[in-house]
Amino acid sequence: MLNSGISILFEGINLQRLLLGLLVTLRVASIAVVISIVVGIIIGVIRTSKNKLVQLPFRIYLELFRIIPILVWLFVIYYIVPANFDINLSSEVVALIVFSLWGTAEMSDIVRGAIISLPKHQVESSKALGLSPVQMYRYVLIPQATKRSIPPMINLITRMIKTTALLTMIGVIEVIKVGQQIIEVNNLEYPSASFWIYGIIFLMYFCICFPLSRFSRKLERKWAT
Amino acid sequence: MSEQVPILQVKKLVKTYGDKPVLNGIDLVVEKGKVIAILGPSGCGKSTFLRCLNGLEEVQGGDILLESESLISKSTDWRNVRQRIGMVFQSYDLFPNLTVMENILLSPLKVQKRPRQEVEAQARELLERVGLADRANDYPRQLSGGQKQRIAIVRALCINPDIMLFDEVTASLDPEMVREVLDVIAQLADQGMTMLIVTHEMNFARLVADEVIFMDKGNIHEHAPAERFFSDPQTERAQQFLNILQF
Repeated sequence: MLNSGISILFEGINLQRLLLGLLVTLRVASIAVVISIVVGIIIGVIRTSKNKLVQLPFRIYLELFRIIPILVWLFVIYYIVPANFDINLSSEVVALIVFSLWGTAEMSDIVRGAIISLPKHQVESSKALGLSPVQMYRYVLIPQATKRSIPPMINLITRMIKTTALLTMIGVIEVIKVGQQIIEVNNLEYPSASFWIYGIIFLMYFCICFPLSRFSRKLERKWAT
Repeated sequence: MSEQVPILQVKKLVKTYGDKPVLNGIDLVVEKGKVIAILGPSGCGKSTFLRCLNGLEEVQGGDILLESESLISKSTDWRNVRQRIGMVFQSYDLFPNLTVMENILLSPLKVQKRPRQEVEAQARELLERVGLADRANDYPRQLSGGQKQRIAIVRALCINPDIMLFDEVTASLDPEMVREVLDVIAQLADQGMTMLIVTHEMNFARLVADEVIFMDKGNIHEHAPAERFFSDPQTERAQQFLNILQF
């Protein structure tokens, strides 16, 4: 029975639809990742400030995204913002907003952590050589911090890709939503549809995230010293 | 020769961490070309004193004059001052993400905006002098502690400072590497570089320094010509200190 079910993948344009769904997943994830890296580095550097008034708002921002589930954020922005502020946002835009805000918060924490974990004398010897703060970050601190950030950064990227699965809940037609649609339509004809469809989705996520996590582990080992 | 303004004058310098005094009014006059060794037990404030001279510590009172310009004011351009006062630290403080040559060139090129060719020639000459010309393209992790420290000295020299500060530069080196670093500093002394050297190497201080200041608990207890300090220390505290070190 299961054997016969595999043909559902090749029925009509099913596979093509799944791949298009995957494309949506990757589009949301990759745009959000790029925004998160760029803005996250900037906020991460700002957050190394010793000024409590500077630290506090960013700290609250980060904690809000850590404490409140991403799904709740998606619902809040998707249902509450349009209803109350008369703005119409497509579900994909909402997804981008929430994922970028979340990714930026986490990324800023990674960058900040990497910078403050650098030995203090790197800062002092930069100062003693007359480097300005901008030059110190540009030539000394950020290059070193980048190396330390890349493994946790890749980890975050895989988490963001995986979490796009939640986007089904606000109606983004990404790979899981497409899968559900195919299963619903074919359920009578192919009782084992869900096995094959979710199986292929499983493989798709695996093929994207596994190389990333291997890559990160390799870098971690290479840079262990 | 006409009367010269001392290159560095420190007047009643006070530094506290919270309520804890670290420096209780340090006075010091440094003439150009002099080598001054700063000795004293751990925690006596000698490193803190050096760090104050380079603006790495905020001071709570007194004055520091570089030639006759005061460094104790909100408007002090420390970036400028630091190009005139070079400093080498105890920890090997090379930037691990840059090669030896890039480490040396960073400040002359980016801060002083000098032409690359000129700085590179100077760097090569200095590297030659410390015997590390062949390591220009290595990364710091490929060097031994003594080599790193010699590079750190070259890096500080390449900004053409008027004064060099050495903060226990041999303290974390393996014993067999101390010599090569001290040799470089001794060479600088011969060339007439003005230097303030915090060190625990007594023989080295005796050999290289013109004057010694002995510090304890945030005060200068004795300030004397090097030879006299070691042969005939005047204060009891300094005598004790030297006795302890004589094994």
